[in-house]
Amino acid sequence: MPTIIKLKNINKTYYSGAPLHVLKGIDLEINRGELVSIMGASGSGKSTLLNILGILDNYDTGEYHLNDVLIKNLSETRAAYFRNKLIGFIFQSFNLISFKNAMENVALPLYYQKTGRKTRNKMALEYLDRLGLKEWAYHMPNELSGGQKQRVAIARALISKPQIILADEPTGALDSKTSAEVLDVLKKVNATGMTMIIVTHESGIANQTNKIIRLKDGIIEKIEDNSEHNFSRFDIQNIK
Amino acid sequence: MISLLYEIWNTIRQNKMRTFLTGFAVAWGIFMLIVLLGSGNGLKHGFAANWGDRMVNVVQIWGGRTNIPYAGFQSGRWISLDDNDLQFTSKEFADEVTAAMGNINLGSKNISYGTEYLSSGLRGVEPDIMQVEGLKIAQGDGRFINDLDIREKRKVIVISQRAREILFKGKDEEAIGKNVNVAGTMYTVVGIYYVEDRQDITNSFIPLSTAKMVYGRGVNLSSLSFTLSDKITDEKTNTDFMNRYKKRFAEEHQISPEDDNAIWYWNRFGNYVQLTSVSGFINIAVWIIGIFTLLSGIVGVSNIMLITVRERTREFGIRKALGASPVSILKLVVLESIIITTIFGYLGLICGVGITEFAAQFFEPSSGRDSFNAFLNPTVDIGVAIQATALLIIAGTLAGLFPALKAVKIKTIEAINDK
Ligand SMILES: Nc1ncnc2c1ncn2[C@@H]1O[C@H](COP(=O)(O)OP(=O)(O)O)[C@@H](O)[C@H]1O
Ligand SMILES: [Mg+2]
Repeated sequence: MPTIIKLKNINKTYYSGAPLHVLKGIDLEINRGELVSIMGASGSGKSTLLNILGILDNYDTGEYHLNDVLIKNLSETRAAYFRNKLIGFIFQSFNLISFKNAMENVALPLYYQKTGRKTRNKMALEYLDRLGLKEWAYHMPNELSGGQKQRVAIARALISKPQIILADEPTGALDSKTSAEVLDVLKKVNATGMTMIIVTHESGIANQTNKIIRLKDGIIEKIEDNSEHNFSRFDIQNIK
Repeated sequence: MISLLYEIWNTIRQNKMRTFLTGFAVAWGIFMLIVLLGSGNGLKHGFAANWGDRMVNVVQIWGGRTNIPYAGFQSGRWISLDDNDLQFTSKEFADEVTAAMGNINLGSKNISYGTEYLSSGLRGVEPDIMQVEGLKIAQGDGRFINDLDIREKRKVIVISQRAREILFKGKDEEAIGKNVNVAGTMYTVVGIYYVEDRQDITNSFIPLSTAKMVYGRGVNLSSLSFTLSDKITDEKTNTDFMNRYKKRFAEEHQISPEDDNAIWYWNRFGNYVQLTSVSGFINIAVWIIGIFTLLSGIVGVSNIMLITVRERTREFGIRKALGASPVSILKLVVLESIIITTIFGYLGLICGVGITEFAAQFFEPSSGRDSFNAFLNPTVDIGVAIQATALLIIAGTLAGLFPALKAVKIKTIEAINDK
């Protein structure tokens, strides 16, 4: 399997207020088609890492290669281009645009690919259909349940046919039943060959991924192979 | 581009309150500005209408009656003007005076044509009186007295439109070329004149030379008219000139220089200076208030834009995460701002112009010798209105651009996490 993500000694410090060294030398490789979770306590730098992977944020030192392209000091325009072409985002708080209906939200990435309105709306409907939301296509976000909103967000992440999906606590705002449904959807997407990285602090979620990256105090504590989907003992202790 | 416009239309449609607030600030600014400028113009036009079409830099001189005994003459002597006055005026004041001319007032005469007749003031004049007194001749209504009439002492007459109505039963009968009887002397009608807003005028004009010959007035003149040259630019040069002129006039007629009753004059220029300064004052006042109105509109638009862009920070962050370049976000904001300000600016323009036009109908010019128009034609130069609208559109654009530039500079992740 070819690598799609290669991180070499990534460092990141926040300077608002007292300097906060959040990522202290991250080395990581992720292969195409993998289903990976990033776990760690709150404040351990999971989101920071994911945002760097998604070119939403920049890092201070080190090297990040995405799809064999060095992602460093990109102009905002270039970064936007890569985000649009290579990356699909799923956020905990959904981040749908409130004044656009489900279909328009899903179609938005295609707008930035200069796809015509008819084509992109048609495609958006297809994706919504795949996620079982056909009847909700013309509803505004505030008329949808949490699970439905997240499925709209997933459709929006998928529509541009990205190389990887980055999900930051995708089930963090959902009840356990809906969480399971959403996770099922994500697993199905991964089954089509899509690389997927899920940030979570729930071991139940992490356990369904094939690889668990444990982050602690800004470094990778360990990377566990979880292809057997056994609960990590470390985690059981944590839950108790 | 069409996609962008649709995107903006969608935003506008889904954010009606915000759109309305921005739009209202713009429309109201333009509307108030136009109403204001219109009112100012109404006042100015009112003043100007009372002034009529007469030339403003005209001086008229009459002789009066002495009040002060002087140079062996008793008081109470009538001063009459003659060609000598005309001479010294045009020769010795050549710098200040252009086109000096004499006038003979022949008093009221009976004018008849066939069985119709009227009583009309008859005056012997020179061609330039036309400009001096703002006389006009409509297309097809012949001509005014010309130099040839003067030289050949022709018996021609120019009558007013009102006189034609009476003598020739309105326009039914051709008046030009007809002979009318003026107290026993026949004159050929060569032209019909009118004075704007003075439909009741009936005075008739004949050549000055003809008047002298027919009525045996010799060299005597009733009054003297002349126009002032461009050397007379303001109140000071005007008063200065009038003082010198009165002194010379007193010398000529052996009047005491202190005798204010022996020379009567009407110097419109002095009044005109006052008029122009009033107009100028109205102008300045209107523009100052107007600029403040416009400024408040601009501030209103800027504020709303600032809040709008602030509110949309998160949306912009999401858009950027999905692949929006900074430029595309700027385009979105600026174009939306342009569209809203243009549409509502246009609306304000239409309403403002509509109201001023309506008011213009309401304040019809009143006519008649003693009528006074305080307010007339309160309309706005459409060029000015469009310029003001354009200014507000530019302001609206900048008002959107600056906060948008700021919003775009916020890091994507911070924009997304904006509360
Ligand atoms: N923009 C920021 N400025 C300053 N500190 C930040 C910023 N974002 C996150 N942090 C801090 O960095 C640490 C890691 O944050 P984060 O990556 O969000 O952790 P996690 O997602 O694992 O909970 C936290 O202590 C957080 O308070
Ligand atoms: Mg987090």
